Amino acid sequence: MNTKKSFPWLIVPPAATLIFLFGVPLLLVLAVSFASRGTYGGIEWVGTLTNYTSIADLLYLRIFWRSVWLAVVTTAICLVMGFPMAYAIARAPKRRQGILLLLVIIPFWTNFLVRTYAWMFILRTEGLLNTVLMSLGLIHEPLNILFTDWAVLIGLVYGYLPFMVLPLYAALERLDPSLIEAAWDLYAKPVQVFTRVVLPLSKPGVIAGCVLVFIPSLGAYITPDLLGGARTMMIGNLIQHQYLVVRDWPFGSALSFVLMAGVLAAVLYYLRAGGARSLT
Amino acid sequence: MLEFRADGGVSQVVNDTSVELRDVTKRHGATVAVERLSLTIRKGEFFAILGPSGSGKTTTLRLLAGFEQPDAGEIIIEGRSMQGVPPNRRPVNLVFQNYALFPHMTVADNVAFGLEMKGLPEGEIGPRVAEALEMVRLSGKQDRLPSQLSGGEQQRVALARALVNRPAVLLLDEPLGALDKQLRQEMEVELKVLQERVGITFVCVTHDQEEALTMSDRLAVLHHGRLLQVGTPEEVYTAPASAFVANFIGVSNGLSGRVERIDGQQAAVTVEGIGVIHCPAVAGLRAGAPVLVTIRPERLHLSRDQGTDGFQNQVSVRVAKAIYAGNETQYRVTLPNNLTWKARIPNADGAAQRFQAGETAYLKWRTAEAVLLPE
Repeated sequence: MNTKKSFPWLIVPPAATLIFLFGVPLLLVLAVSFASRGTYGGIEWVGTLTNYTSIADLLYLRIFWRSVWLAVVTTAICLVMGFPMAYAIARAPKRRQGILLLLVIIPFWTNFLVRTYAWMFILRTEGLLNTVLMSLGLIHEPLNILFTDWAVLIGLVYGYLPFMVLPLYAALERLDPSLIEAAWDLYAKPVQVFTRVVLPLSKPGVIAGCVLVFIPSLGAYITPDLLGGARTMMIGNLIQHQYLVVRDWPFGSALSFVLMAGVLAAVLYYLRAGGARSLT
Repeated sequence: MLEFRADGGVSQVVNDTSVELRDVTKRHGATVAVERLSLTIRKGEFFAILGPSGSGKTTTLRLLAGFEQPDAGEIIIEGRSMQGVPPNRRPVNLVFQNYALFPHMTVADNVAFGLEMKGLPEGEIGPRVAEALEMVRLSGKQDRLPSQLSGGEQQRVALARALVNRPAVLLLDEPLGALDKQLRQEMEVELKVLQERVGITFVCVTHDQEEALTMSDRLAVLHHGRLLQVGTPEEVYTAPASAFVANFIGVSNGLSGRVERIDGQQAAVTVEGIGVIHCPAVAGLRAGAPVLVTIRPERLHLSRDQGTDGFQNQVSVRVAKAIYAGNETQYRVTLPNNLTWKARIPNADGAAQRFQAGETAYLKWRTAEAVLLPE
């Protein structure tokens, strides 16, 4: 191998892609966020900060808060559901692991929009869930789930669970089973084996999974739009609303930037507090 | 302890049994890992379980640790049946083959783990951990992570982590397997010294016969899940119970033959292509029976002249290979029936007495040196 430092040519294509398809649009959005809205919805290049200051309205802050709360709950549910799943896959015989992982990924083969419509059919008043529950005699009146926070939560957990399972599986698969036996041999009860050995050693997977679920949940758009209806708006819907309905691009851009800054700050804080060392 | 004998009498029994396996059988799917294994291990004994891979020795250890439950039979540790007792409630600790140190904990935290789980008060844990680390000469490294230690040091942490709990029985799974040769020989001695000092029963699984012979007070040889022989290293080495044990315990030379006749303490064995060989007779041997005559390489003598000079057995051989090894020379010699034997001859007599490849010589041994094994 050539030991001399030569220019890393291989990095050029991905770097160019990132600069033109990610960096440039981002800068455009940033610029627009400091512009003013024209009377008929256009952009007037008059510098202003009002786009940012008007976010501090209780109406918008409430939407931000709802989004954060829904994303946190989604992440927590995905973690609790995903951990046993990932553990079971990682402990399955090697040949079966591939099949089980495939089952986790299979939903991606269908369009997310279509799958969300499917959830509407399941959750609506005369939908699959209510029909089954009522015919079993478990409930007497149909549950009103669709177009509530519950529906959004169900949709988000459903959509992002694989993003939790995959990194957890990667971490748990590397976990030496003899460490579990060692803890067991050293008088640890099953709960202690989990809290003292399994959980600390799968921390990188937990951190990665939580980040991968939290970020898209926070900016989710399709799920709250279709399953949450008009009453349950999340940031994603608010931004879409500003761009396409209100036609206030500068304000939509400012919202996007605040969301991005918020996510960045939260993830950085989380990584530092949660032991970024174990991630690298 | 009093024992009520079948004849109605009562006798005093000194109970020095630490571990007892009674007719233990364990299957893994269709294969039988351990078959009707019965063993008694005494208190304070260094007991080795020796066997090739797949002999069921690791399964035996896992059954003792409680990671697996026997399909049939019973395991009794310190007088208590281990039926359904999980590993965390057994009076045993295991030193894992790969040490299985917790990578996210310091050396001290690793060693303290068992005591913490047992719920010992904080004030007692500290001194016990320090004492254990001192015992394995690791004081001063308590704040390191396992990844910052050498292989030998990691192994000593694993030992300390198990011994600090003062278990009734310490189980060791191939304890020296991952160490290099020199360190292994040092640790063989160190383990033995440690065991005598703490007085805990050690049960050590190994595939290395030298390790087993050096360290153990008694050893068991396992093959295909069956117990072939139990005894002191000397008993097993000098009087192997079967051809397999003889082969496994050390490089042994063998000759297949048929018993010609038995004269009291001696048996004459006819070997095709070689002639009659004299061996010590064994109980239950009858004329005509197929047998394997074994003799260890270090019991053989090599000479240029044909005189019997006190050796009752003599075979003319051709030296195929001579390897100088410091204090001895290791020879490969070809017998008249084209079988190759090994001979290890001390170099005490100087270069003139050594043989070169291609030379013809006489291989000699005393009748008492050979061991007869039924085939």
